[in-house]
Amino acid sequence: MNAQATSFTASEMMIVTAARALAGAHTVFVGVGLPNIACNLARRTVVPDLELIYEAGAYGASPARLPLSIGDPALVSGSIAVMSQADLFSFYLQGGRVEVGFLGGAQIDRYGNLNTTVISDYTTPSVRLPGSGGACEIAIHAQRLLYIMRLSKRAFVERLDFTTSPGYLSGGDARRRLNMPGGGPHRVITDKALFDFETPTREMRLASLYPGVSVEEVLAHIGWPIARAETLQVNEPPTDEELRCIREELDPLGLYRL
Amino acid sequence: MSTKLLSMRDAIARYVFDGASVAIEGFTAFICFAAGHEIIRQRKRDLTLIRMTPDVIYDQMVAAGVARKLVFSYLGNPGVGSLHCIRRAIEQGIPRPLEIEEYSHFGMIGRYVAGAARLPFYPLHSYTGSDLPKVNPHIRFVQSPYGEEKVAVVPPLNPDVTIVHAQRADIAGNTQLWGLLGVQKEAAFAARQVIVVVEEIVDEAAIRSDPNRTLIPGLIVNAVVHEPFGAHPSYVQGYYDRDNPFYLKWDEISRDGQRVSDWLDEWVYGVADRAEYARKLGAATLQRLKPGEAWSQPVNYGAYR
Repeated sequence: MNAQATSFTASEMMIVTAARALAGAHTVFVGVGLPNIACNLARRTVVPDLELIYEAGAYGASPARLPLSIGDPALVSGSIAVMSQADLFSFYLQGGRVEVGFLGGAQIDRYGNLNTTVISDYTTPSVRLPGSGGACEIAIHAQRLLYIMRLSKRAFVERLDFTTSPGYLSGGDARRRLNMPGGGPHRVITDKALFDFETPTREMRLASLYPGVSVEEVLAHIGWPIARAETLQVNEPPTDEELRCIREELDPLGLYRL
Repeated sequence: MSTKLLSMRDAIARYVFDGASVAIEGFTAFICFAAGHEIIRQRKRDLTLIRMTPDVIYDQMVAAGVARKLVFSYLGNPGVGSLHCIRRAIEQGIPRPLEIEEYSHFGMIGRYVAGAARLPFYPLHSYTGSDLPKVNPHIRFVQSPYGEEKVAVVPPLNPDVTIVHAQRADIAGNTQLWGLLGVQKEAAFAARQVIVVVEEIVDEAAIRSDPNRTLIPGLIVNAVVHEPFGAHPSYVQGYYDRDNPFYLKWDEISRDGQRVSDWLDEWVYGVADRAEYARKLGAATLQRLKPGEAWSQPVNYGAYR
């Protein structure tokens, strides 16, 4: 990494870490919000050849502006292919052509299972969340999954209120026993630290910290006693170029930088 | 060629009946707000509203009290946040309780495909390890007849009426659409009655000059409505952009039931039709939403005589 900028926000660090996690990937299924900006940053920095796939039906999108939604018209103009969603979900996603899937949600558990449906009970929810969208299929079919979520005890929970999308389920080889084609959760990118699942039980593990963040600060936001890697690295801060891309090109209004 | 042209008022009056299941599709793009608003104005009741992503249009329709039930796969204001009116209906029963039937995107797509092909179910690899089948008994698993493999299945979806917005059609309903195709074709073929709503009416010759672009044939279309800006605040590729500031503004308005009522009074009940809505929006807004040009290179179909 080259010269580091003097200051950056937690969200910027999160976006940059997510973009770097795409290094070496060929295809990514892009989600709404932060994944959207991270994938577009990756194309401008670590993986210029990355093909962006949007569930709206675009393959090889080349948006001239940061798409506000995942159905933005900028995804169509200049893309390689635009197709029906039946084709996209059947042939691209279920067909195994998607390398990286990006997901986020209201709750995640230690095995990377995800809730985007309800808080509390399904029939009388205290909060009704958006639901699956394509997340359930992405979780099952993407060759590897990247999660992007802010650390908090409300989000990193011992038990999900509802399992919308499967991670490693009950851990170990539970995914494989159900013949799920995709590889499952790979990394969890948060605003304070990076997590992996490189354990025999497939439990989430603290892998590295962001600059200036302590282990205690991370543990305070997780609802179970989480494992940690033997040696904790510290992630490189954003470079000037990464910050310039985010601030000037991708998010000039600062919607994603809080 | 006999014409299927109708006004929006007549098309909705004729084809959308109380208690009907209605799909106004379009994935972020091509969402026919003009049709949704006319349904509100005609005070239709007890509708089953079907959409992968209910979006702001169904938020408005649910707030107006037209719906009994919602069938969907993603309940959000795309790129913005929650659909507050639908959340109020689900969480608090305001203005009336709303029954929900929920799938994933692929599940909804599969339901339309099976509906369009008149098949009894659609098989897909999904839902394993998810709680969705526990709360929706229509999502089931079957064993492959050719081996041990288990596969999820979803039932066909055949809306009473599907309403599709597109760029252009001829008066017989041969409809061309380019951009994000969504499930427009599948939802139309799955429906019992189809209304297409277009920005432009063109000659049959224009359609025949580019047949690969015809998504929906007049064969399955009951009514054609010519309604410029009929998708606003959603968008039509090449014609106008999504009005993103409005989607952000709706996030504020929709948090407050009274403000929603006021908005509906002003922008739905308070205008006669989409033409008046567009005039009320004003030239400056329409100009702001006008995209630049990006033409495709022509292709040669060949003349074979």
